[in-house]
Amino acid sequence: MRIRALVRRICEQLLRDKRTLALLFLAPLLVLSLVNYLFQHTGDGSDVKIGAVNVDAQIVESMKNQGMDVVSYAQADKDTLEKDKLDAVIVMKDRAIHLILKNTDPSVSKAIRMKISQTAASLAEAALQKGKAAAAHVAMTTDYVYGGADTNYFDTLSPILIGFFVFFFVFLIAGIGLLRERTSGTLERLMATPVRPGEVIAGYLAGYGMFAFLQTVIVVLFGTLVLGIPLAGSIWYVLLVNLLLAFVALSLGILLSAFAASEFQMVQFIPIVIIPQVFFAGIFPLDGMASWVQAVARIMPLYYAADALKSVMYKGLGFGEIAVDVGVLLLFAALFIGLNLRRLAFLYRK
Amino acid sequence: MKTTVSVRQVSKSFGKKTVLSEVNLTMEQGQIYGLIGPSGAGKTTLIKMMVGMDVPDEGAVNILGTKMPNLTMLQHIGYMAQSDALYGELTGEENLKFFASMFKMGKAEQKQRISYAADLVNLSQELGKNVSAYSGGMKRRLSLAIALVHDPSVLILDEPTVGIDPELRQSIWQELTRLRSSERKTIVVTTHVMDEAEKCDRLAMVQNGRILTEGTPEQLKRQYNAAGLEDVFLQAGGVRP
Ligand SMILES: Nc1ncnc2c1ncn2[C@@H]1O[C@H](COP(=O)(O)OP(=O)(O)OP(=O)(O)O)[C@@H](O)[C@H]1O
Ligand SMILES: [Mg+2]
Repeated sequence: MRIRALVRRICEQLLRDKRTLALLFLAPLLVLSLVNYLFQHTGDGSDVKIGAVNVDAQIVESMKNQGMDVVSYAQADKDTLEKDKLDAVIVMKDRAIHLILKNTDPSVSKAIRMKISQTAASLAEAALQKGKAAAAHVAMTTDYVYGGADTNYFDTLSPILIGFFVFFFVFLIAGIGLLRERTSGTLERLMATPVRPGEVIAGYLAGYGMFAFLQTVIVVLFGTLVLGIPLAGSIWYVLLVNLLLAFVALSLGILLSAFAASEFQMVQFIPIVIIPQVFFAGIFPLDGMASWVQAVARIMPLYYAADALKSVMYKGLGFGEIAVDVGVLLLFAALFIGLNLRRLAFLYRK
Repeated sequence: MKTTVSVRQVSKSFGKKTVLSEVNLTMEQGQIYGLIGPSGAGKTTLIKMMVGMDVPDEGAVNILGTKMPNLTMLQHIGYMAQSDALYGELTGEENLKFFASMFKMGKAEQKQRISYAADLVNLSQELGKNVSAYSGGMKRRLSLAIALVHDPSVLILDEPTVGIDPELRQSIWQELTRLRSSERKTIVVTTHVMDEAEKCDRLAMVQNGRILTEGTPEQLKRQYNAAGLEDVFLQAGGVRP
């Protein structure tokens, strides 16, 4: 009953604040569209690990010279690629190259494809000059584990962006909401009513959670229907992950609002709390980075959300593949909610 | 007479500063109890402890026989803070409704209590307005209405009539005396206005965190051999350290 009143109050406050509503629902669409048009990115395809089956020694040599890490296999397929964390597998059979690309970073895929076909072409040319015409023609077919030939960097970036929007706006709006409640004295005033700290937190979670849910629906629908972002998996998993992420952002926001004396000080948390998370969420592939960088990423909620969103939206994976991410997000939310409860209970002294 | 509020040996300090020391007070049902004293004396601090928003370092506050802080007891306490704590983006009615929802109350009762409380402070016509568009006095009146909305048996009001015009002030005091006499409520008020203090059944003079003196307005005047409470206040204030 009290929770419902709290939720209703949060809705009434937000619905009356047209600017904040626009920020919540329109700004993500604008940013997503802009990024969509801006991103034209190509990787250089070095530092990749490639499995080779039955590939010409000359081609392997040439690939190694270009900085690729080539591992020979007697047999390899998509499972080998996943298991041994390869970026691609090349299978050569009857002078035809079959290329299997993992394609988690489409720019890398593009670069690998280009290099392999160049290598094959130059070798064929050399062979031609030596007069071995029969060996000249090399056919090439390509297969993708995730996405296809027309996926670009933006397709893998967009799931991260969608998670980021939820985290950023919910963190800021809920944090400022509780901050105002504190500075205007209404939070203290609530202490003179029989409402419990848990009910206040639950009201906040439900109230802002609703807006986060709505935001996700709008952003995902806009992204997939208007911008053509692939949504290979279930939208329900996307909503689940985003809702959990919203709870993490919300509880972290209201926790940190305790350390801010004004709205401006709340905004000062952005470069400390939000921006590092964006960098570690997978906008730059972390696989090749130092282990401490990867360890840092592991303490960031957005890292797990981005991983889960990428798995569902881009790779089309099911719940089994995102269960760990979901579990970690739940833990983060539980931790921050617990800390909030402790802090409020301390404030209430009850 | 039934004791409704009892403050026993309460001491409180913020850091090194002692704000209250060994305060003892007893308030009874059907009584308007006034707290007067210079600014910074510790009145608000004492009031907050009665409501349970703060805890004493030593001693205890009991309300209706229950040691504060206590969540369920808050159902029976109406509190008006010294500074208004309202949601500016919401209308007066939404504010009243929100705070009313924090208390146990049926839907019909809530509606009826809201219109009673709004009527009492003469805000019925302005309930649809956003609170951010209220004048200072209107905000004060809304805070008072919120304190009354759940029909509490103990009313704790911190400077309730600051910024309210004389006519409305008079009608509010008429209602407070009615609540005391016919509904037998306990009303605790702090005030800097001596003709309001005059209307209290008992007064306590707080100074430097101590109760300097306590009694009916008549007793206080006699004690200081003063014509009015103003003189009592000024004379007592003379011993400011
Ligand atoms: N949270 C706090 N931290 C530190 N000092 C405080 C705090 N609250 C009150 N004080 C100090 O306690 C003293 C008493 O304050 P209090 O608000 O109780 O006075 P008051 O009698 O209500 O004054 P006024 O008539 O101006 O409202 C003041 O010196 C004030 O500075
Ligand atoms: Mg005060």
